[in-house]
Amino acid sequence: MTEKERTLTYRQAINEGLRLAMREDPTVILIGEDQAGGAGCDPGLRDAWGGPFGVTKGLIGEFGPERVIDTPISEMAFIGAAVGAAMTGLRPVTDLMYISFVGVCLEQILNQAAKARYMSGGRVSVPVTIRTTTGAGMGVGAQHSDSIYSLFVHIPGLKVVAPTTPYDAKGLLLAAVRDDDPVIFVENKMLYNTRGPVPEGDYSIPLGKADVRRQGVDVTMVAISRMVLVALEAASALEKEGCSAEVIDARSLSPLDTETILASVKKTGRLIVVDEDYPQCGMASEIAAEVSSRAFRYLKQPVQRITPPHAHVPFSPVLEQCYLPDARRIVECAQGLMTKTAT
Amino acid sequence: MTSMQAQRRPDKEKLRWMYSQMVLIRTFEERVQQDYMSGKLVGAIHVYVGEEAVAVGVCGQLRKDDYVTSTHRGHGHCIAKGLDLRRMMAELYGKVDGQCRGKGGSMHLCDLERGMLGANGIVSAGLPLACGAALSANLRHTDQVAVAFLGDGASNAGAFHESLNLAAVLKLPVVFVLENNGYADATHIRYAARVTNLADRAAGYGIPGVTVDGMDVLAVHEAAGEAVARARSMRTPTLLECKTYRYYGHYVGDAGQYRSKEEVEAYRQKDCISQLEQRLLQEGILSEGTRREYREQATEAVEDAVRFAQNSPIPGPEVGLEDVYVRY
Repeated sequence: MTEKERTLTYRQAINEGLRLAMREDPTVILIGEDQAGGAGCDPGLRDAWGGPFGVTKGLIGEFGPERVIDTPISEMAFIGAAVGAAMTGLRPVTDLMYISFVGVCLEQILNQAAKARYMSGGRVSVPVTIRTTTGAGMGVGAQHSDSIYSLFVHIPGLKVVAPTTPYDAKGLLLAAVRDDDPVIFVENKMLYNTRGPVPEGDYSIPLGKADVRRQGVDVTMVAISRMVLVALEAASALEKEGCSAEVIDARSLSPLDTETILASVKKTGRLIVVDEDYPQCGMASEIAAEVSSRAFRYLKQPVQRITPPHAHVPFSPVLEQCYLPDARRIVECAQGLMTKTAT
Repeated sequence: MTSMQAQRRPDKEKLRWMYSQMVLIRTFEERVQQDYMSGKLVGAIHVYVGEEAVAVGVCGQLRKDDYVTSTHRGHGHCIAKGLDLRRMMAELYGKVDGQCRGKGGSMHLCDLERGMLGANGIVSAGLPLACGAALSANLRHTDQVAVAFLGDGASNAGAFHESLNLAAVLKLPVVFVLENNGYADATHIRYAARVTNLADRAAGYGIPGVTVDGMDVLAVHEAAGEAVARARSMRTPTLLECKTYRYYGHYVGDAGQYRSKEEVEAYRQKDCISQLEQRLLQEGILSEGTRREYREQATEAVEDAVRFAQNSPIPGPEVGLEDVYVRY
């Protein structure tokens, strides 16, 4: 559409979203471990890291240490402080370095951030954004590779988004920061270097809207985060066999855009949900249950879930690759749905 | 220094305010206890009887726009911070006119307009929130301070240690007021910690730690004045330990078999309200007449709150589904 589309990496897109949010609103702050990095060291190293994955790089230069706050390794305290600051007039963006670390600070998310509005009868708002990373594939073992966003989807009072593209990452980040409820912003580590078109300037993507990334008529694939890329790869392979797959990027997990999913399933009659989270009580189960109860008569085949096994992420790179859903599994699943007779 | 000295010597008006507030808290709590035991109130309620000097001594040094995070034993903090008695009682009764529309209850009373960020059902959870409120004050360049009330039990929880360190590192204007009433639920602090004065723990974080007699409202008031001044003018947090006692069990209905009648009686002999009352009578700041007047006023205010609560409607079923999100 534009004469020459600008492209950014996923990492750069989030950085730009943060920069715009902070320029627009002086109450937006960043607080977490190594958001600048190098605090307390040689002053020249003040932006040594720019976030554990370099996402916040350069922001301290523009906004200073008052708004880009490095903390000790104290998730309980600094995520709780972000919640307290949100209750009292700021819009903090805090950083849970890996979603697997939630064990040390779930209290502040489950019992404080999520419940404050409700328990106060609507008199307290907690406009905090909690950025966190997910995803296997880096060879960092089970304690740094979880994708357990379903844990947050389970909790009333929280909103959860998991952008796949750089475009969505920037737009959803801006929407998350401006939202008056706590939002968990899920970044898959394997996406940081992926590149895509990102317009300059301000735009936001409403929370709760899925994106149909590819139109199709034979089978619907609903995928989350990096699994969208895997589903798209599978859809391309299937196209060569004459199977037309529709790929939906869920983007927003809570609220979930059930209407877009249902509309697609009513068209195709077949559904595969692809998710990197554990299978039990996860998003795949949730989507399968919604579709089964609300579009049962449109289904030509049982709903299929493609997820890792109910097991932890292994370290050994070969095992790790076996663990993750891949395009081949999705293709075989779709082929099965197309050839089998309805049950 | 003049302002700090003034804070150390409360004037007659402030002394009368302290007296009336302590009496009001005591009266409110005795009534809550009574209404719970007669079945009018339900749930988990933790009364503040015996500890009034801490809330009043500390809040006597705060402005309306200063922040407070409270605990499961929070009624005293709420009253001393100026929350509306009627709406507090209506909340305990689960009524729609309650502070939280009947959805919070005793352990979740809050009122942002008075800086009360909330009682809290999770031991130690208020400390990080207070750090955040203080951070917010710093960033907005106000001179507000935040007070986190906590119990001796909370001082053994991770959030306590992380918060003290964070407040020290980020120069947050917080006063951590540790109400050491000797018991975490049914476990004595002698068993649960190896330091006699819990304020000694402040040294581990490079911040001032002060221990005072929490049954003496003037001592609390003076120490709180210094701590609040340090926070307001120097952004230095303080751990202020107030040694106090709860006359009743952990929750209303707890028989308190873990402590002797003699122990309870010994503390009642040092009652914070009696102490101040005798002093004010001796100094002529209170007369027998005004003493009676304050007590009658407290009784009438609590009666009025109970009538209001009892007459307030029960929330409709739709209220239970509201306020989960601002929009979803």
